[in-house]
Order: sequence, then structure tokens, then C-alpha cells
Amino acid sequence: MFHCKTFASFRAIAGGLALSLALAAGAAAETRLRMTIWSANEAHLKLFNGIAEGFKKENPDVTVSFESLPFENYTTALTTQIAGGNAPDMAWIFETAAFDFVNSGALLPLTKPLAATPGYNLGELSPAATERWSKEGVLYAYPFSTSPFAVFVNNDLIRKAGAKTPAELIAAGQWTWPQAIATAQAVAQTGKGGLVVRDFNYQAWQYLSSVWNAWGAAPWSADGKRCTLADKPMVDALGFIHDAIFVKKAMPGPGQNVDFFAGDAAMTITQISRASLLPKDKRFDWDLVPLPKGPTGDYAIVGQAGIGVLQSGKNPAAAAAFVAYMTNPENSARLAQFFPSARKSLLNAEVLGKTNALLSPAQLDRVVVAGIATGKVMPAHTDFARLQQMVRAGLDAVWQPKADIPAATRAICAQIAPLLAQ
Amino acid sequence: MARRSVSAAEPPPAAPRPFWTIARRDTAAGFLFVAPQLAGTLVFMLVPLVLVFWYSLHEWNVLANTFRYTGARNYELLSSDPSLPGVLLASALFSAGLVVLNMSLALLLAVLLNQKLAGIAVFRTLFFSPVVVSLVAWTIVWGFLLQHNGGINGTLRLLGIEGPNWLRTPATAMLSVIVVQVFKNVGLNMVLFLAALQGVPRELYEAARIDGATRWRQFRRITLPLISPTILLTSIITIVGSLQVFAQIAVLTQGGPGVSTTVLVYYLYQQTFQFHRFGYGSTLAILLFAIVALLTLAQWQLRKRFVFHER
Repeated sequence: MFHCKTFASFRAIAGGLALSLALAAGAAAETRLRMTIWSANEAHLKLFNGIAEGFKKENPDVTVSFESLPFENYTTALTTQIAGGNAPDMAWIFETAAFDFVNSGALLPLTKPLAATPGYNLGELSPAATERWSKEGVLYAYPFSTSPFAVFVNNDLIRKAGAKTPAELIAAGQWTWPQAIATAQAVAQTGKGGLVVRDFNYQAWQYLSSVWNAWGAAPWSADGKRCTLADKPMVDALGFIHDAIFVKKAMPGPGQNVDFFAGDAAMTITQISRASLLPKDKRFDWDLVPLPKGPTGDYAIVGQAGIGVLQSGKNPAAAAAFVAYMTNPENSARLAQFFPSARKSLLNAEVLGKTNALLSPAQLDRVVVAGIATGKVMPAHTDFARLQQMVRAGLDAVWQPKADIPAATRAICAQIAPLLAQ
Repeated sequence: MARRSVSAAEPPPAAPRPFWTIARRDTAAGFLFVAPQLAGTLVFMLVPLVLVFWYSLHEWNVLANTFRYTGARNYELLSSDPSLPGVLLASALFSAGLVVLNMSLALLLAVLLNQKLAGIAVFRTLFFSPVVVSLVAWTIVWGFLLQHNGGINGTLRLLGIEGPNWLRTPATAMLSVIVVQVFKNVGLNMVLFLAALQGVPRELYEAARIDGATRWRQFRRITLPLISPTILLTSIITIVGSLQVFAQIAVLTQGGPGVSTTVLVYYLYQQTFQFHRFGYGSTLAILLFAIVALLTLAQWQLRKRFVFHER
């Protein structure tokens, strides 16, 4: 009896082991891909998961999952994963980190796998959109989001302050930076916030390019070798911003938090994807207008995000196939409701309007289509994180009421010049 | 040479001594009890320490996936890093400010709360409670209070005072970070001081009073010497803790304004995780380790001068 029981137990264990091994073998045949993203937005995830399900229908042995990492420390978290030997198969990459990722060889070249995908039509991507993600003519990451900066407006607050709305100023041909700040100042005098450059927060100074580009200013020369922070356009632009903050009180000062989307500010400069933050219950009369005209005329600034395949991932070939599927013309059209595409065929108000319920055709045309067509991409450089930190520390001297802007910018240039020259 | 007499009947050979004697069992049991702690120390402290030293001799580019031996190059970079003097100064300022404020306030509170009064336990709990609050939650709340238009300046405005921009002015940013940290941890040192104060024999004070000693003289001549072991312990804990400050800086100032609050651990974090300089970051970690080890050693040596039972 005892022996029978023991034998039966052994058989059960052996059977269990065999089943486990069979399952493990089955699991080994399945390819699991992981993509890191910086959005945890429910609607975004629903869209991505829908695309991943579509890919699985065509490739039953491949499962794709999305891992949301915090926006603020996204690149840090991503590189720590890579350092720990746990690199994701695919990753979103900020435009500011593009040079580091593309030049280091961390990314799989994508031109061949994308071009070889039937119906992909890689040629319709504009060279301006792919410039930052390419090296020697080879594309290393797909610019899946090309999102222009624009001004969201709270018309209720502006009318209450007795000022003209930006739409009225545009109609009168007066939508300029001095006028925008005058409007913001009028609202600020009522106790509400004036104009907020979203995400700047006196830390991420690169977002100020949405303002200083109006003066033709840039932190460094086009070839990235020379610091231009102390040049006249930048000093003039910083002087204008400083005056708006500390004299006119038209922009929130350092340490002041004002949220436009909570109805607390007249205007905010941000990307159109933030339209999803507009309040559903405490609604206000809002508008979306292009950036005001500056001393050098009309201008636009674009934020980009790329999708790259990590060489150190476990399945680079399968990951490249998924990127090709995720960014094909059909899926690009779906993604465009949140992330404006760099595909020419999708860059018109009619197509964008199908997936952007919040924005009117006029808003899409004058802000999104025109912005992408003419916009400059946010500043970036190899070793950007170090440069960002050095410039951030130096600009703290500018964000004081009695700042000596020329001296402060000269000091920054002296600090970053060796790094730029490398 | 005298020969030992051999009896006709040989005694039976002694039974072999068992290996697991009581002494050996006790030793083995002792090792088994400390084994988890030893394993933890080995895996989470000693091995990483050796690895960090190894990394500090390399240039590790995470993105390019290269790991190149560079010998002492990172140490040469350390000696010529133009940012390092400012970083060390900020660390020293933070540590000095924290140790002085924390220890004096903790001792003052302990003396005040070392009374037999009704409801004194409530006050002790009140001052200790921040110690058990999540550090990041505590710091975020203080971040709101210290904003230019935050709670502290709002209160000052009610009194007709225009407060400074606490976290954005170099002069007040470091002070703010220190004060936030002092209020967070003063309760721990206070409890340690309180325990030490309650261990001081009452009769010494009675004898001193009979001899006509003032309260201040009693404090200097009896209390301080008798609680000196606790002062040594708390000073070591506080100084070592102050050199490891990170969350408060990351949440409140991100090292600014300028680099005025960029302390060594925050600088190490920036170099390693933000700038991807893992080799140089490891060199900074070795520097931090050396500083902490030296300070602890110095304090330990000083105990002979300041701790009463070591003299």
C-alpha cells in the first residue's frame, strides 16, 4: 500500500515536472517585447495596447507590453535599466537625449527594416523631422511625435480683466510678444496668473526656447560648437522675460506654482497633447493660438519624441518589426490623435480633425499643420544632461530681481564652452 | 631516566571525543544566528563596495555598452574637478548646520521634556512623530510651505513681513533644507538624550545643590559629562546621516539655486545617473566613503577626551 502511494506520488511529481517543462518550452517559443514610455495616461495606454493586439494577430508568438516610467526622471530610469542589464526592447526617447542615443550606437539602425516593410512609405517622412534621429543618412529612431508648441488661452479671465483676447489681437494683426505680456499683466493684476511656460519651472530652461526663438536666440550655434547665450538676441530675449517676471509680474516668479488647466492663469505655452488636461467639469472658454510674433517675425517650435530599438535588448529584430508596425501609415493616423505625425499625408487639418475632437479645424490648421511645417525642434546637444545642468545653475543668477543678465550669460558660456568644443 | 611503571591490566582506551562538543555547538549556533546579518552585510555592503572601487577604475559608457579600464584617471579627474570644491563646501555647510542645530535643539527639548508633569508624554510623542513620517512626504509638504507664495510667507504676510523666496535665494536655500531636516529627525536624538538624562543619578544633583551649585553649573558639571557617551553616539549618527542627505535636496532645490545646495551625494547622483558617468560617479562614492570613515574614526578617537568613562 505504502509503496503504491509512494509510486503514485513520484508519478504525480514526474508528470508535473514534465508539464512544467512543456509549458516552459512553449513559453520560450514566445517572444516578449517591452517598450518603456513616459506616459501613464489611460487613453494613451489603451491606444498602444490596441496596436500591440493588432501586431499579435499578425504575429501570434510575439507579445508586446508597455512600461510607464515617470516623465521627470525618464531618461535616468531608462539608462539605469540599461546599466543594470535589463534594457527594454524599445524605448521612447526625448528629443533632448536624441544625440546621446543616436551617436552612442545604443540604437539599432531602422532604415532597412522600415523601408523593407510593405506599404510603409518611409519616404514621406520630412527630412526636418528625421534629422535629429539620423546619422550619416541612417535613421536610428522613428520620430513618432512631432508636436508644436502653442498658446492655450483662458478667454474668460482675459475678458474679466478688460483686455483683448489673443484671437482679437490676431484678427487686428497685433499678436506680438509685448501685447501678449500686456494681456498677461492685465490678468495678473486681478490676482490670477498671467502667462505660464509649462514644464519650465525655472529648471527645464529648454522650454524657454518657445519664447526666445522669437528673438532668433539659441543656447549654442547650429553646429553646437559655440555658446550663443551671451549673444545679443539671447540677452535681449532674457531681458524681456526677466522684465515680464519681475517688473510686470506677468509670468509666475521662481517658486510660484500656477496651473492654467485649473483655470488659474490667462495663458500657457505647451504642446497640443496637453489639451487632454482641459477641465471636464469646471469648463472655461478656451482657445489655442500660435506663438506671438517676435522681433524676428513669425516662428514655431516643435517638441519631438522618437521610438528606438535598443541594441542591448533581447530581441532587436522582433522589436524593429513591431516599430515598423506601430508607425505604419494606419497606426500613425491612430497615434496622431495624441502625437502629431511626421508623415506628410497625415499633416492636414482634415486628417488630424478625425482624431482630434478637442481642436477645431482652424486651430489644427494654424497651430499644428503650420507649426510642424515651419517649426524648429527644441535645442539639444550631445551630453545634453550635463549642459542642461550647467546652464540651469547659471541661469539661476538671471532669475533674481536685480540680475546682471549679460554677466550671468557670459559666466554660463565660460563654463560650458569646453564641453561644447569637445 | 626513570621509566614509568606499567600496570599489568591496561585501562580501556578512552571513547573517541564526539565532534559536536557543547562548546562547538554553541559556536555553531552563534554563527548561525549572525549568518543572516553577515550574509546581508557581505551581499549588500562589502561586495558593492569592492564593485564600486572596481568601477571607479573604469570608464563605463552605458549607452555605448563599453567598459574600459582607465586606471587612476577618474581619481585624476576628481582632483581637478572644478565643481568639487563648491560641492564639498555645500556638504560641509549642510553637515555643520545640521549637527549644530539638531544636537542643540534635541538636547534642549530633552531637558525640557525630562520633567514629571501631567501630559508630558503628549509633547514627547509630538516631537518624535516626524521621525516616523515618510521622508519624501515630509519634504514635499515643506516644499509647499517654503514656496514664495506658500504657507510660511503667507503667515509672515499676516504679520506685515515680506518673507524671502526661501528655496530660490542662495542665502536661504541651504538654511531651509537644513531646517527641514532638523525638524524631521530631531525627535530621534531627543529620545536618545532623554534616555541618557533619565540615567543620571538623582543623588548627584542633590549633593551639588547642597554644595550650592547653580542649575547651569549642575548641567555643565554633572549632566553633560554623564550623557557624553550619548552625545558621541548621536553626533556620529547625525554627521554620517548629514553626509548622506539626498531626498531633501532632490525634492526641494535640485541642487540650486546655482550649485549652492549641491551636496556630495546629490552631485554623485547627477554624475552617475543623469550624466551617465558611472565610473566617475563610483570615484565620488569612494570619496564619500573615505570622508565618512575618516570622520567616524576621528570622532571615535576623540571619545577618550570627551566621554567620561573612557578617560
